[in-house]
Amino acid sequence: MKQRAIRVTVNGKAHESEIAPRLTLVDYLRDVLGLTGTHAGCEHGVCGACTVILDGAPVRSCLMFAVQADGHAIATVEGLAKDDGTLSPLQDAFWEAHAMQCGFCTPGMLMAATALLKSNPDPSDDDIMDALGGNLCRCTGYQQIIEAVRLAALRTGEADG
Amino acid sequence: MADETTKQARFRHVSHKRRTKEDRRFITGQGRFVADIALPGTLHVALVTSPYPCARIDAIHTDAARALDGVVSVITGDELVEATNPLLSGLDLPNIKRRPMAAGVARYAGEWVCAVVAISRHIAEDAAELVEVDYEPQPFVVDPEQAIEASAPLVHPDHGSNILYQRKFTWGDVDGDFARADHQLSFRARWGRNSTVPIETFGVIARWNPGVETLEVWASIQMPKYAEQIARALGLPANCIRVHYDVDVGGSYGVKRGIKHTVLVGYLARKLGAPVRLIEDRLENMTGGDAHGPDRIFDVSIAFDNDGTLKSLRIRALDNVGCYPGRAPLQLGKPIGAIVGPYRIQSVEYEPISVCTNITSQEAVRGFGQGPTNFAIETAVDRVARHLDMDRVEIRRLNFIAKDEFPYTIPSGTAYDSGDYHTVTEKTLALADYPALVARRDQLRAEGLLAGIGFSACLEPSGGNAGFEPLFNPKNPTTTWMESCQIKIDLMGNLTGIIATQSAGQGHETLVATVIGEELERDPDDIRVVRADSLASLPSNSPVGSRMAIMLGGAASGAAKMIKQRLMEIAAHNLQLPADRLVYDGGDVAVRDDPATRIGWDEMVEIAHRRYHDMPVDTEPGLQASYVWEVPGGGGMPDADGRVQMYPCFSFEAHIPLVVIDPVTGKIEILSYYIGHDCGTMINPDIVHGMVNGGIAHGIGAALYEKFEYNADGQLLTGTFMDYLLPSIHEVPRIETVDHCTPSPLTPMGQKGSGEGGYLGAPAALASAVNDALAPRGLEITTLPMRLGDIAKLLHEQT
Repeated sequence: MKQRAIRVTVNGKAHESEIAPRLTLVDYLRDVLGLTGTHAGCEHGVCGACTVILDGAPVRSCLMFAVQADGHAIATVEGLAKDDGTLSPLQDAFWEAHAMQCGFCTPGMLMAATALLKSNPDPSDDDIMDALGGNLCRCTGYQQIIEAVRLAALRTGEADG
Repeated sequence: MADETTKQARFRHVSHKRRTKEDRRFITGQGRFVADIALPGTLHVALVTSPYPCARIDAIHTDAARALDGVVSVITGDELVEATNPLLSGLDLPNIKRRPMAAGVARYAGEWVCAVVAISRHIAEDAAELVEVDYEPQPFVVDPEQAIEASAPLVHPDHGSNILYQRKFTWGDVDGDFARADHQLSFRARWGRNSTVPIETFGVIARWNPGVETLEVWASIQMPKYAEQIARALGLPANCIRVHYDVDVGGSYGVKRGIKHTVLVGYLARKLGAPVRLIEDRLENMTGGDAHGPDRIFDVSIAFDNDGTLKSLRIRALDNVGCYPGRAPLQLGKPIGAIVGPYRIQSVEYEPISVCTNITSQEAVRGFGQGPTNFAIETAVDRVARHLDMDRVEIRRLNFIAKDEFPYTIPSGTAYDSGDYHTVTEKTLALADYPALVARRDQLRAEGLLAGIGFSACLEPSGGNAGFEPLFNPKNPTTTWMESCQIKIDLMGNLTGIIATQSAGQGHETLVATVIGEELERDPDDIRVVRADSLASLPSNSPVGSRMAIMLGGAASGAAKMIKQRLMEIAAHNLQLPADRLVYDGGDVAVRDDPATRIGWDEMVEIAHRRYHDMPVDTEPGLQASYVWEVPGGGGMPDADGRVQMYPCFSFEAHIPLVVIDPVTGKIEILSYYIGHDCGTMINPDIVHGMVNGGIAHGIGAALYEKFEYNADGQLLTGTFMDYLLPSIHEVPRIETVDHCTPSPLTPMGQKGSGEGGYLGAPAALASAVNDALAPRGLEITTLPMRLGDIAKLLHEQT
């Protein structure tokens, strides 16, 4: 199959790759770039485990071909913490509230909630539920996830205020 | 009873808020799931599956697939029949052979027929599409009641019947109790085939290491005796199988048992001399992953008196296990250990019937059959209340085993360890402000909506045990279900706990660190917990049966106490005082009457590791301990009537939801959800509450949305997340919880299990609520799930 060249920026780092046109973005991130924090759960766009941020908006990387990401900037869970390992307020709140169990849906949850807090630093519970409505978690019943997003917003607000 | 304050005073670390050890790697994307493991030269498997519920396989044409560039091998079921042994069955069924792939006959739609191995998954899938199979469709049966009729096509003709197991147990004077009771009533209830459906599908990678002759296995697994099962099927000694337990499991709740996947890739890895990997895609997982849950029809009769006293119970449970038995039929066995729920019912007749049909096989699902049984029992109690026009809570108060009656032995032979069902119920009612909740329901009704309050009481048998194995299979004398832990203190004085299992989100590293920290009075954050592989570890039975707080916690306690004992001996020798004059104090050992005189942790570590001349004579150098714990109260065989001590510890929950139903569309909305929860001592409250909340969410799915639906042609209609509906954040209400602590007398810290109760109680509670909502219309529903269309149909048939 004819390969295509793409240039993408992932977590601030530029990559140039020759890839098959049918390669999905999630497979590109995982198998080509080795960024295995992004997970494939259903591969038909329902579970949200593969959520990454593309040019600021959360997208399902299982429903995009990598060639469609050519020229775009992508953020994945590996880019949330600072280089020195300092966690983002949202990551820290997820830990504090134990907003996970098995951890498989967690990267997708974090990316969807990161995009939410960027656009809406003080979300209501309804806003949080709308933003995470496309991310399935089978372990937690979502309660501690909502608490974590709320906690992150509160702490960020306090830090900024 | 210990309340929150006294618990925290009793423990330094246990029951206190603590960040888990596991979460950091998950929030940074550093979890290590099976699909993340990339070995050089890995080959990938894709599967060709049968489109028919039953078909003879006349020929498999693989030339076109083999010719595709990048394809390494194509194998069929016949090859595996020659090369491997049948997979383990939970029952004694010598004429039913279960193998990874169909050979000669495919017996359900989705069954693996052919496996294609290629240098990438893409190429393997391309090649799988090129495989052509000549099928000759055969008669089949999907419905379990049809399957037990004499005229039914046989799923396994050599077995001679579609019934895999049937026995009528009678414990106590059932006939007499029914004859003497003032009333009896009967009903049928159905539990739909749902499952745990983890967000991560099952996956496995195997590599044959010819230099040392071991099969290396990395898998998303939660399977007791997994390495031994692989070894038996592949005809290898078990010490040739090295299962790497340091693989994170992306959810399981019972079902991650991919033994057929493992035997297939294990065989291929050895044959092809390369790592082979099979990561299910979602469709493979749903159709042929063999991971569906119980699928039951209950016929229940209950005898009771005018005052509401429950006297006797008859339950016939017909369970459709699908095509192959595995351990699934044993899910009719575990409920025997809690067959009367939390009630003082003096006699029971229980007739479990396990039936095979031409649909996908079942696997162990959260609660191992207890969820459906709880639903049947609670539905019976609700019906008695309605029959007598009694309050549903009042009738439970009347029949609950009282807190001073423990240990309480139920008619089927199991002793419940402890509980305070009345207090937990009262606390839950208070949490819900029950009178206000009733007023709210009535207000909603006044607004023209159908509104209902549910109540369910729920026992969570925990700790695991093997009692149902000898009970259902006399050739299997297993009576232990042990768990193990090792502890070592290194030369620098740091503690490491070593466990022998994988985890699927239960927080076992946190559990073990907290328990060791508690016993040895050290900071759990400084204790590392690692996983030995299957060759390097002690026996484990994996995190099944809501058991790890009890069993792994108990093993960690036991090992830590051994370490403490050794430290005391070292101190006594060096302080030249008898041990009874010494006291362990935060890792140091001090003289009881003179606390300033002491020997410190670091010095004792140095003595153990370097200064053998200062060690008590004839003692082992170093500081390490291994502890293998038997299930408390375990070890007994069933008696002739099938009485047996099943699980050791019994957690309790009371669930109270408020639902509203749109009278036009039938849509059910859960407005409030209250739960009172008593799992004895909580090791880590955040972990416990997370599992309870998640269990309720899972139970909401089972009650309202989730079903593996087969049509009359034996085709699965719900093979994707577009039609098998998992509750999203919008379907799960805020859950309000009140804790209670009735410690177990059988465990080191009073802990019981907590991983299953939410799922075990929520379906019954929601059925209770929906039926309360439908009652003013004179309607009722006893089939789960209660989907929007099911409710709408009920409402519209009436109008």
